[in-house]
Amino acid sequence: MTTLNSLRNGPDERGHFGVFGGRYVAETLMPNILELERAYDDAKRDPGFRAELDLWLRDYVGRPSPLYFAHRLTEALGGAKVYFKRDELNHTGAHKINNCVGQIMLAKRMGKRRIIAETGAGQHGVATATVAAWMGLECIVYMGERDIERQQPNVFRMKLLGADVRPVTSGSRTLKDAMNEALRDWVTHVEETFYIIGSVAGPHPYPAMVRDFQSVIGKEVRTQITEREGRLPDMLVAAIGGGSNAMGLFHPFLDDTETRLMGVEAAGDGIATGHHAAALNAGTPGVLHGAKSFLLQDDDGQVIEPHSISAGLDYPGVGPEHAWLKDIGRLELAAITDREALDAFERCSRLEGIIPALEPAHALAQVIKIAPAMDREKIIVMNMCGRGDKDIFTAAKAMGVEL
Amino acid sequence: MSTRIDRRFADLKERGKAGFVTFLTAGDPDLETSARLLEGLPAAGADVIELGMPFTDPMADGPAIQAASLRALEAGMTLAETLELVRRFRAKDADTPLVLMGYFNPIFHYGAERFLDDAVTAGVDGLIVVDLPAEEDEELCLPARAKGLNFIRLATPTTDAKRLPAVLANSSGFLYYVSITGITGAAAPVADVVGEAVSRIRAQTTLPIAVGFGIREPEAAAAIARAADGVVVGSALVDLVAQNREAGGDAVVDAVLAKTRALAEAVHAARD
Repeated sequence: MTTLNSLRNGPDERGHFGVFGGRYVAETLMPNILELERAYDDAKRDPGFRAELDLWLRDYVGRPSPLYFAHRLTEALGGAKVYFKRDELNHTGAHKINNCVGQIMLAKRMGKRRIIAETGAGQHGVATATVAAWMGLECIVYMGERDIERQQPNVFRMKLLGADVRPVTSGSRTLKDAMNEALRDWVTHVEETFYIIGSVAGPHPYPAMVRDFQSVIGKEVRTQITEREGRLPDMLVAAIGGGSNAMGLFHPFLDDTETRLMGVEAAGDGIATGHHAAALNAGTPGVLHGAKSFLLQDDDGQVIEPHSISAGLDYPGVGPEHAWLKDIGRLELAAITDREALDAFERCSRLEGIIPALEPAHALAQVIKIAPAMDREKIIVMNMCGRGDKDIFTAAKAMGVEL
Repeated sequence: MSTRIDRRFADLKERGKAGFVTFLTAGDPDLETSARLLEGLPAAGADVIELGMPFTDPMADGPAIQAASLRALEAGMTLAETLELVRRFRAKDADTPLVLMGYFNPIFHYGAERFLDDAVTAGVDGLIVVDLPAEEDEELCLPARAKGLNFIRLATPTTDAKRLPAVLANSSGFLYYVSITGITGAAAPVADVVGEAVSRIRAQTTLPIAVGFGIREPEAAAAIARAADGVVVGSALVDLVAQNREAGGDAVVDAVLAKTRALAEAVHAARD
């Protein structure tokens, strides 16, 4: 239930979270975006849609994902109790599938036959290819050429699932360019195509819709931590690229102001070097890919190519609801360098027997920084939003190991 | 209030001709060549000039225009320089309407109010901002109109009868009909289909209708000129910049203006 004085009521009917969000798209897409909005509103109100989604999340995705007390890490850090929300145990190995199941159900409901998606790390591409195969729909995934090089296992997975993986050679050849290319495809094949956006970014209604589909993470955490500890956590920690895993965890807690929300961005080589992907920490308001939000841009309003060792965080923008939460002071921010993320990646593997994806390794590095100074009674829940199998080549290279 | 754009289309109508609208990216391949191109366009037959404001992520444009943007940015082009280019053009040409076309972020970053003031001062007549649909009119469209600039909107094959009034509201100068669902420089439009669409739109507006996207050759331009009030050619000109830039500024100017003359002649003679 939403209440009048809730932070969970956004966006407004035009898709704005405060001054952020909106629908900054070419006219060609407007009729489709309005159609999508109507279809989603309709589906939201249909108890049958919700029931079917819940069933698939249980039987196909494997939800609920466990909430795990990371006891050895907690012991090693000597401070707050650290829990992992184990969304890396989902089918396809990351949180991305939660959203894809919801959107493919909507695509079917709207009678769309052709699915397109953009992908950075390949997790969203794999999740999209998976649900498209599952529903028997044509699937085209746009992926930057540079990301294809650093995420070979996921490229093979997508192809195995029957998707057409199209390399994007324009611009920086990473996630933002893949999104440009997907938008171009959508403009060209607008009638028959459903664009499954993987993050809480893009034009309205995507940020709200993706958030709603990912909010299952935070809802489960509320139930699980209450059962386990009899109260809500003191802090939630999640990595933010576009921001879907973080929003999924945070959103059900927005009104619980005693629970701090900590978003962790990629500092790459360090924010001071300019080689990073920390739009909320170091960006300024701007408009990209259909929404107003924080953006990495130069003095002329040109988009700066981001840098992160994590392909999933390597994006110059961020979801508009995060921008708003930063603006109103609800969201706390941190930034973690490539080096720190790699250290956390190794430490987690050895201490907990869990190889994290490089994205949650950023969140974990922040936990490692702050938990020791927190009281032992305090509770941190971190979103372990993906597993690290896809990153072993990148990590090995960075660690100087030849495979 | 009548603008240069209004006057130009009224004049063309009186003479029973369609207008020829050119698109080039500001600062492509470099500032000086770009200035020479602009200066040469009216004599080569351009009735309205669209000048692209370079942007790193032009998501509604095809490879040709994205490449033009990146060439211009690499050569150091900025929004301030684009406005300066217009000012230089306007000092020599008081009559040819000039429309700036691009994406919202550089304008937003520059400051919408400051941009509008500087655009008016420089001699800009209209704006096309691809990623500002009617739903976001408060950002730029309404303030631009208040300052006497035309705000030109795109209508597309997906703009159905229900959507068209929203597109037409607050539009002025002319309506830019995108002849295909797709990006700039893509497949060629079919003249008959375009003609039907133009008639459909004409029933709902008195604005002149210019048609663009995918028109590259004089014959195709002439066919569209029989149905529409204006014909827009962009990628075909921009491609010539790309092909000739290695040979230097003179080669670029010669090639682009020769093509402009051929297209303009075809457009102007189409209804004879």
